Amino acid sequence: MSDCKEEPRAPRSTWISQVKTPADAGAIGATVTANIDGQDVKVPMGTTILEAAVKLGIRIPTLCNHADLCVAGVCRVCVVDVEGQRTLQVACAYPIAQPIKVRTHTAKVRNARRHVIDLILSDHYGECYCCARNNNCELQSLAKEYGVDFYRFGHPDKAKYEVDRSSYAVLRDMNKCVLCRRCVRTCIDLQEVGVLEVAHRSHKSKVETFMDKPLGEVICINCGQCINRCPTGALRANDPTYEVWAAIDDPTKHVVIQTAPSPRSAIGECFGLPPGTPMTYQMNTALRYCGFDKVFDTNFTADLTILEEGTELLLRLKKALVDGDKSVKLPQFTSCSPGWVKYIEHFHPDMLDHLSTAKSPQQMFGTLIKTYYAKLNNIDPANIVSVAVMPCSAKKFECNRPEMTSSGYKDVDFGLTCRETAQMISEAGIHLPDIPKSDFDDPFGTATGSGVIFGATGGVMESALRTVIELVTGKKVEQFYDHADIVPIRGFDGVRYAEIQIPDVGPVPDLLKRYFNDWNWLKGATVKVGVCHGTANAKRVLENIRAGGKFAECHFIEFMACPGGCLGGGGQPIPTSPEIRKARANAIYSEDSAYKVRKSHDNPAIWDIYNKFLTDGPCGHISHKLLHTHYTARGKYIIVV
Amino acid sequence: MLITDRERLRDDIAGWAGRYGRERSSLLPILQEIQKKYRRVSDHAMQIVADLLGIHPIEVYGVASFYSFLSLTRQGKYVIRLCRTISCDMAGKESVAQQLRNDLGIGFGQTTPDGMFTLEWANCLGMCDQGPAMLVNDKVYTQVTPQQVNDIIEQCRRAVSVFATHNKEH
Repeated sequence: MSDCKEEPRAPRSTWISQVKTPADAGAIGATVTANIDGQDVKVPMGTTILEAAVKLGIRIPTLCNHADLCVAGVCRVCVVDVEGQRTLQVACAYPIAQPIKVRTHTAKVRNARRHVIDLILSDHYGECYCCARNNNCELQSLAKEYGVDFYRFGHPDKAKYEVDRSSYAVLRDMNKCVLCRRCVRTCIDLQEVGVLEVAHRSHKSKVETFMDKPLGEVICINCGQCINRCPTGALRANDPTYEVWAAIDDPTKHVVIQTAPSPRSAIGECFGLPPGTPMTYQMNTALRYCGFDKVFDTNFTADLTILEEGTELLLRLKKALVDGDKSVKLPQFTSCSPGWVKYIEHFHPDMLDHLSTAKSPQQMFGTLIKTYYAKLNNIDPANIVSVAVMPCSAKKFECNRPEMTSSGYKDVDFGLTCRETAQMISEAGIHLPDIPKSDFDDPFGTATGSGVIFGATGGVMESALRTVIELVTGKKVEQFYDHADIVPIRGFDGVRYAEIQIPDVGPVPDLLKRYFNDWNWLKGATVKVGVCHGTANAKRVLENIRAGGKFAECHFIEFMACPGGCLGGGGQPIPTSPEIRKARANAIYSEDSAYKVRKSHDNPAIWDIYNKFLTDGPCGHISHKLLHTHYTARGKYIIVV
Repeated sequence: MLITDRERLRDDIAGWAGRYGRERSSLLPILQEIQKKYRRVSDHAMQIVADLLGIHPIEVYGVASFYSFLSLTRQGKYVIRLCRTISCDMAGKESVAQQLRNDLGIGFGQTTPDGMFTLEWANCLGMCDQGPAMLVNDKVYTQVTPQQVNDIIEQCRRAVSVFATHNKEH
């Protein structure tokens, strides 16, 4: 008690906040030594304890922390003991500003962490074995890690909230929410869409939409990035596997499935393989084993998209440059990403004319299956059930758009995410890595490398450029870019810009003769293109265009709603991080370089379909009816009644 | 909401945004002005504010739902907040509360049908030595007795009655 006099009751923690003068005055921004569990590590000033621990290979458990998001420090799972501090500190939000000593697993720390987990569980309704995230849940693994064997503070036996099933894409079950705010940071900071935010205060606080409206009625673009970052099963995709199984089990139905390029590079993760293990041909076998009658490659329509979108671009350029038509909107925007399409419909409805009218590859394929393929094989389109494996949750919304019925039926009946596909495959008793490979079904055959790279950001642009350059110059792309890799537009920079010279022009290919007599108007021109991924970056680019900046002079801009492009989509395996996305991108690009045919217009099946079915060529009357669409100006006003 | 009402709301908010600036930090003063004039922060108002400040409506909603002096539903002309923390409780807040319920005919968290009074709990008004404490709009009443409750309510009623307006005009 004697030292009570010397130690004032003012918080002890204030003592330590007086930063001791560093050894030399210029040390700000210099390195500092942190001692964690007896090991020294030199880190730049301002590094968090968590980052320093990762450097040393020391594991500190986290829940609210995420590599893609800003620091929140709300879950308190990562508490550590910092010498000299009265209370435990959160490792993820403690910047090291002076030499410190940290202990990461003292009795106090272990007890505190266990308490935090027990408290979260006391408000976490639901049983693990009937949860979509069973075996892939961060809360579950934390509970295991900290040996939770009983509910110290009880466990709710009744659901507090109804599950929100109003959205085609995303399901919200707030009973499982642990208030880590990852979805909030994803939606507001990463994507800048602003659907979810914590409302109310204290024990009443809850992640809500505007005025707590159902998700289907607010301005959500369905990108599903929140699903990828949710540590528990509070957010998940709207799962149609029951309906798909029912269709497979119905003998009168002809069930076909198309697989997009991105899930192939990621589905292995659901079976314990490292990220970036291509599983394309194993997946074909597995899907046939599940009972799908035909397995097609979405890349075929990715190639078709390139021809349609590329022709549309050339037509727009001609109208604007040669005919002087002022009503033509340039730059042209890509329309493959349904999240991006809904984003622009909501937030920039006045710029919809920039958007290419070409449908996304998924919807093009859906239309062709119920028209071309049905006719070819004498199947009543009413009996065809068309399923799509996509890396995307927004595709579930897209296939339910009322305008997506140009075949006379619902073009694509169900969109499956990569996770749901993995679920179906394992339900059929298959361990994916162990089964033999098999190829895609005809008549669409194997596509080109250009289709494959649609999965990565910059891929659509690269494919389009490969085709446009060859169609216009009549020379091989390899003459301009080594191995036809248009490297300037690759990578993960949020916004990229490139200029492509057209020094010389060649003859007009037969396919485009109906529109163009010669290419002379393009001689010596510079094609300016832009690439961006993530709607936050899309917002930057659109603002730049409005302000008349660099991107206003572009001719063609690729937009992807998800960070990293489709390979980081909301339907991809969980978790996601910059490293994982990089590994998936590497898999996609290596698969591209392995293809013999790497340019969309060299795909023989494409020529086949233009000769036999879409007889008036790209952007012709038939293709306009089947492969193009229109958009709705939605605006961002939320009606509350 | 009538279009004229919407336009009035938009003009008001634009005026306040002009006064307080269009930064994120202007959000609270603008919301307070809205609350003062319209007795609520409506969903429509929140979306206008968000639009003017360049933030998402959901962020405005997060703020508006956080503070208890901002209300999403329309409050009465007089908001009576009775302190329910321990000192006021020991000083006899319950009998004051009962008197309020009786006189107004509503429970806590409710608004009278004529839109005059809203009754709410408050958590400590900082008047612990003079409990029970009560806040009527901006005015603090201390050491409130059940007898005074009647007078306070009557004062409020009289201040907006026909006679009050009549007197003012002459």
